[in-house]
Amino acid sequence: MRFSEIKDHLSRFRVGIAGAGGLGSNCAVALARCGIGTLVISDFDIIEPANLNRQYYFVNQVGMFKTVALKENIARINPDTTVIAHTEKLNESNIPEIFDGCDVVVEAFDRDEMKEMLAGTILTRMAGIPLIMGSGLAGWGKNDSIRVRKIDDTLYVCGDESTTTDADGPAMAPRVGIVANMQANTVIEILMLKKSD
Amino acid sequence: MKISLNNRDEEFEQESLSICRMLELKKLSFRLRVIKVNGVLIPKERYDTTIIKDGDNVQVLYLMSGG
Repeated sequence: MRFSEIKDHLSRFRVGIAGAGGLGSNCAVALARCGIGTLVISDFDIIEPANLNRQYYFVNQVGMFKTVALKENIARINPDTTVIAHTEKLNESNIPEIFDGCDVVVEAFDRDEMKEMLAGTILTRMAGIPLIMGSGLAGWGKNDSIRVRKIDDTLYVCGDESTTTDADGPAMAPRVGIVANMQANTVIEILMLKKSD
Repeated sequence: MKISLNNRDEEFEQESLSICRMLELKKLSFRLRVIKVNGVLIPKERYDTTIIKDGDNVQVLYLMSGG
């Protein structure tokens, strides 16, 4: 299959990304480069200098909302990908509205309790929509500890499922990037098997 | 009983166990997680009342901070 055909197929789909930090910004950029039709990106944070060690932003974007900056960056990479940005904090009640119509949702939060809240909400209120989670990426090295685990057709987890940024070192570009791109790769794998209607 | 825990066969002396007790026995009780039993998500409020029986397929996914 040629890349132009792959891009054409992927342009028909909509992917939700919950969080626009290290996982979300890198995953969104990878998906935009592949030609995903629409990305629904939600985050309420502002870019800080410390984010630039792993997140897909630039020095002159410090102080901007991550959603606004990411939309701008994706437009510079692939203007054919539509970005719908929601600058608000996700909770049990707005998640089903914000990600309504998405073919896949990517969990890209930092804190474990937010990951738990999103998983509980998507798996019960949006049952059937595949959720790709990120879990375990702290520190450096140990490439082969990072993997994707398919729980079932609607739940996948990318990461080592053991390291945490509270105990095992900071989140750094290489391992965050591996997990973010593994999440994007899983999204592509799911969508390439899906018939477009 | 014999169950499948994260696609691995596990044997317990007990005939059945609550999710809480199983997590204790397996020393898995300290992290946030997502648990599915036979494909159904179990909310954490029901970890002490949901009973795992012989032949069940239990999936435990660990949620680690960092992103």
